[in-house]
Amino acid sequence: MTTAGSPAVTANVGRPLLGGRRFSLDWLGAIPFLAYVAAFLILPSAIVGVGAFLDANNSFTLDNFVHLSRSYIVTSTIETTFVSAVTALLGASLGALLSYAIVTGSPNGLLRRLVVSASGVLAQFGGVTLAFAFIASIGPAGFVYLFAQSHGVDYYAHGIWLFDLPGLNLVYLYFQIPLMVLVFLPALDGIKPQWREAAESLGGNTWHYWRHIAGPLLFPAFLGAVLLLFANSFSAYATANALINQGQPMLSQQIAGALSSEVGAYEPGFAKAIAIQMIVIVTVVTVLYTVLQRRTSRWL
Amino acid sequence: MRLGSFSRHLGLAVVALFVVAACGSPSGGGSASCSESTAKTATSASACGGMSALEAAAKAEGKLNVIALPRDWANYGAVLDGFAAKYPEIKITSDNPDGSSQQEVDAVKQLGSTSRAPDVLDVGMAVALANTNLFAPYKVATWADILDSQKESTGLWFQDYGGFMSIGYDSSKVPTITSIDDLKGSAFRGKVALNGNPKQANAALNGVMMANLAEGGSLDDISKGVTFFKDLKKAGTFVPVQATTATVKNGTTPVVFDWDYLSAAHGKDVPAWKVFVPNNAILGGYYAQAISKSAPHPAAARLWEEYLYSDTGQNLWLAGLARPVRQAAMEKSGTIDKAAAAKLPAVNGTPQFMSDTQSTAAKNYVVAHWDAAIS
Repeated sequence: MTTAGSPAVTANVGRPLLGGRRFSLDWLGAIPFLAYVAAFLILPSAIVGVGAFLDANNSFTLDNFVHLSRSYIVTSTIETTFVSAVTALLGASLGALLSYAIVTGSPNGLLRRLVVSASGVLAQFGGVTLAFAFIASIGPAGFVYLFAQSHGVDYYAHGIWLFDLPGLNLVYLYFQIPLMVLVFLPALDGIKPQWREAAESLGGNTWHYWRHIAGPLLFPAFLGAVLLLFANSFSAYATANALINQGQPMLSQQIAGALSSEVGAYEPGFAKAIAIQMIVIVTVVTVLYTVLQRRTSRWL
Repeated sequence: MRLGSFSRHLGLAVVALFVVAACGSPSGGGSASCSESTAKTATSASACGGMSALEAAAKAEGKLNVIALPRDWANYGAVLDGFAAKYPEIKITSDNPDGSSQQEVDAVKQLGSTSRAPDVLDVGMAVALANTNLFAPYKVATWADILDSQKESTGLWFQDYGGFMSIGYDSSKVPTITSIDDLKGSAFRGKVALNGNPKQANAALNGVMMANLAEGGSLDDISKGVTFFKDLKKAGTFVPVQATTATVKNGTTPVVFDWDYLSAAHGKDVPAWKVFVPNNAILGGYYAQAISKSAPHPAAARLWEEYLYSDTGQNLWLAGLARPVRQAAMEKSGTIDKAAAAKLPAVNGTPQFMSDTQSTAAKNYVVAHWDAAIS
């Protein structure tokens, strides 16, 4: 905590000497925030960062990182990134379309209020409850499947895809789309109808409007939302674990496996190395996002 | 019925006149007393002066600390009440009833010999084997009834209750199972699940080992079990969903590999639920009792064990669908609760148990190969 707070302290203590102004206590207001960040972000990251380099006897080792090359971790890494990317892009696209549909309607209309409040609830609806909702409805013993089957439609004829990556994608979209609506709606609200009228009065058509005005304005917000959705899927655990318990496609499941094995596969250092790998992947994605963001902001 | 003894303890004159119900203890009650230091190192009731002396010493201690015993698990509620009714002078403190085996051991390490420390432990085998340095050796009066493969030879730990790995199934949804190979049939497509992931959950690891034994594998090499599930997955029979009471109830997982005593409980939700234990793969999984070396109430701890391993204690576990370790011996002597025993699936054959090295080898193989085999 002190490390996080000290730069602010020195900066403010220095002032009166140079400028002769009154000693400022403004920085005090930031202490709760800094303490919070230190306790719930910096400290855990540091524990994970240090622990990843320790073996069972607490001495330095790089083995935990060497073990990341185990085939099941490589597979999990690819599958986690794939699921996160697919659900982020699909969720963002579908969510953006839904948001647009809402924005074009009445601002205080029933549809808008209904969709926004439903999104607020559904964006938080995840975990075992969500997985079981799908199992009980479209699962192999679910009422939807039994109904479809009795009418000659067997959507599991080629295997129960619900308990595989396609199923995971579908279930994740269930909370990704509402989340997109929540974060993208404010950006869409910022687009003034007058701009479209202006474009039209200057002889522009719909394509021109989207290509030169609305598109560039919305794209940075859209990209930011994609990143948020990516991280949201990337770190999810309970939903995936209830749905695909065997094979463990998600890295979060591999961490849980290495941390909570009652059969003796307890490798806390390795679990932390997987966590570091996840941090690195999200960092890479964030850097890509920043580069792209800079590019797209240079419009007009 | 016997009339009891007088005993002196710790300088306090404790006079205890009590009636002891016959509990199968062969050691005659004598006039010998059992001091605290004797109790601490006593490796049997007779080393403490016999059952009566042990009882008197335990009553003088007046307390017993147990830990991680859920009242609805293996009928422990009735066991605790039974002990309290038989020995009203001994006050039981039941700490952290929903704790795990590891938490029990941690409590012993952290609380040492303070008055709050646990006296007795009921732990999973992996934890028992890893912590023998914390246990005091003790042999209950019925020690001879416990198979050699189910106890540590000096009595540091001895298995208490458990069951056999089984295949539970909803007989209204799938055909009757008479062999593990039946599962390869098309009638089981998309219906077979494990209780947990074998990399993490002990029950699931034993499920794979059971399939391995049934497929001709040995306790030393679990690879045939992994191949069995790999083939089932390829055929679309094995589903990767986590089997829970909810998925069993709604029919998503009508066939589940699980311990027979846990599986039998699904009969409450699914009336047509049946439990099958293959005769060529009777794989046992038992919990173990151990007495803490630093137990603050050493005599009460030993008396508790005597109670658990008496016919009464064993039949109470059985009433909770857990197979008591003395079940075979009690069936022979006719002291078993036959109605309770009939609720568990019949098992014919010799049970096998994974040793520590065998379960480590199985775990290592499964951790390295399971994900690739299943995905």
